[in-house]
Amino acid sequence: MNANYLELTGVGIEFDTGGKTPFRALQNVNLKIAEGEFVSLIGHSGCGKSTVLNIIAGLHQATEGGVILEGREVVRPGPDRAVVFQNHSLMPWLTVYDNVALAVDQVFRKSKTRAERREWIEHNLELVNMSHALHKLPAEISGGMKQRVGIARCLAMQPKVVLMDEPFGALDALTRAQLQDSLMQIQADLGNTVVMITHDVDEAVLLSDRIVMMSNGPAATIGEILTIDLPRPRDRLGLAEDPHFVHLRHQVLEFLYARHGTPTAQESAAPVGGPTPVTDVSPVAAPARQESTGSAEGGSEAA
Amino acid sequence: MAESVVAEAQPVMDQRFEQIMERINPQRLLKVVLPPLLGIIVFLGVWQAAAERIDTSLGQFPGPVQVWEQVENLAGEHVRAREKEAAFYERQEARNAKKLAANPDAEVKWRDYTGKPVFLDQIWTSLVTVAAGFVLANLVAIPLGIVCGLSSGIYKAVNPIIQVFKPVSPLAWLPLVTMVVSATYTSEDPMFDKSFLNSAITVALCCLWPTLINTTVGVAGIDRDLVNASRVMSLSPTLHVRKIVLPASMPMIFTGLRLSLATGWMVLIAAEMLAQNPGLGKFVWDEFQNGSSDSLGRIMVAVLAIGFIGFALDRTMLALQGRFNWDKQAVLR
Ligand SMILES: Nc1ncnc2c1ncn2[C@@H]1O[C@H](COP(=O)(O)OP(=O)(O)OP(=O)(O)O)[C@@H](O)[C@H]1O
Ligand SMILES: [Mg+2]
Repeated sequence: MNANYLELTGVGIEFDTGGKTPFRALQNVNLKIAEGEFVSLIGHSGCGKSTVLNIIAGLHQATEGGVILEGREVVRPGPDRAVVFQNHSLMPWLTVYDNVALAVDQVFRKSKTRAERREWIEHNLELVNMSHALHKLPAEISGGMKQRVGIARCLAMQPKVVLMDEPFGALDALTRAQLQDSLMQIQADLGNTVVMITHDVDEAVLLSDRIVMMSNGPAATIGEILTIDLPRPRDRLGLAEDPHFVHLRHQVLEFLYARHGTPTAQESAAPVGGPTPVTDVSPVAAPARQESTGSAEGGSEAA
Repeated sequence: MAESVVAEAQPVMDQRFEQIMERINPQRLLKVVLPPLLGIIVFLGVWQAAAERIDTSLGQFPGPVQVWEQVENLAGEHVRAREKEAAFYERQEARNAKKLAANPDAEVKWRDYTGKPVFLDQIWTSLVTVAAGFVLANLVAIPLGIVCGLSSGIYKAVNPIIQVFKPVSPLAWLPLVTMVVSATYTSEDPMFDKSFLNSAITVALCCLWPTLINTTVGVAGIDRDLVNASRVMSLSPTLHVRKIVLPASMPMIFTGLRLSLATGWMVLIAAEMLAQNPGLGKFVWDEFQNGSSDSLGRIMVAVLAIGFIGFALDRTMLALQGRFNWDKQAVLR
């Protein structure tokens, strides 16, 4: 296994917003990801998670620093870094099959015959349990199904790195749990390297090998990295009671809500980026949030 | 097998029938048909009343009744002209046959009938002209619009030109087009009449802009996520245009095409008047020059014909849009 499979070195980005000074979204982001590793990015809304992912994908160009994948610098988007977009991004005029076919025909135009490609498309849709709706349009299937097709399209490109931007964010707890389980299964089978953005602490702990916690923007950077050393395969029901799981989960929550405050608490806080004292957040606020996340997860656990 | 199909089809038919019956139930019928009917009746009344009060040098302004008389006149002229044409060809046939019977080697002449074009011929000419101008314009406008929508650099370069030429009236273009056509189109055996080319090109110059602008806006406004998905797949430019840009901007392109056709039809009448292209515009002009007591009535017939054809063209575009749009649920109006 290559421990420096994907490397972000000193990545920073400024957006030209038309104002006098450009908006600095990221500053000095350093991260090394091993081959086959599952990494989650977590942080408050607007801190720059999508921007990091887009830089890895090559959709944004970093202002300074850069990304190296397997010893090669990333300069443009490509199918070796396939993305599962937050809102699925399926072409609404193409059927489920054709959406995946568009990607497959492009990537394997030369290396696979027509019949092989067809089989490969069907295989990938089978992987996400979408074989029953091959010829439906995206508008005719549910949100969870669309997200699954998005995942199938991404996997079908056989990317070196799978990039996922809040892939399950818009789904109900039940569907989300199902998709998390399939994703875990697929990743265990195929050994993909995955970078996933999430807002859901339980999801991050359940799926990841490491959780990268980002500080608040502007000029956001990596605040802390938490290694999740839970043995695999992981079982969501068993883990819910596991003291180590609960401890890890608590550490993430503490980072998000105590040390890096909610966006509103942060406004009154000290300069951005630096650590903010725990006392900035009222003692009640953190446990209350923790409670609400816990109960939401309770629904999915029951499933 | 066949029986089961029939058995299944039967309830569907019944349902259809019920739906139709429901649609034509008296109360709904009253609601759907009455308002437009009332509108038309009031309009005809006001028209008649106003017409009676307007005296022109060519007599009283025609009311609905006089206009209807002219419709009948024109129809009569049409029938007579067709009869004359048929008779002409019959005579020619007979004459030539006789000649050939007398001497198989005789040189016979076949001539085309060259009578005065009737109203329907003129409508046909107008339709062909507007179609030519429309096609010509959009063969340029759609590709250019796509390029402008894809590249903001090219858009910035082309935009000033669009903005300046967009508001120019057809009447300003026509003299220039006429001179250019007569200077450059000098074939011995011309395929097209010059007057036809003049009007078609003028129409094209005016109906270029709506499609160009709408296509540009449509292409530039494609969902960023879809564009990003395409970039991740590394689709080639042609594939990107075919699979993503065209379907995504189809509604806007069609909005442009509809506006373009409407503009073209409006411009055509003016262009034909001046270019003397034998279409509806020339009909109106000739009647105006003619100055008989029937002229105003006949012009009014042309006005109504122009209106109805314009309406029909728009509906045709709408139907086409429905066929080409991937989103069959979209509400078109
Ligand atoms: N193209 C852009 N132009 C200008 N500013 C941008 C652009 N893209 C992102 N930003 C800014 O960069 C910051 C980070 O945005 P980003 O989308 O990465 O946040 P995020 O962490 O993904 O948030 P969320 O969790 O809500 O998706 C935001 O303040 C945003 O306004
Ligand atoms: Mg985001």
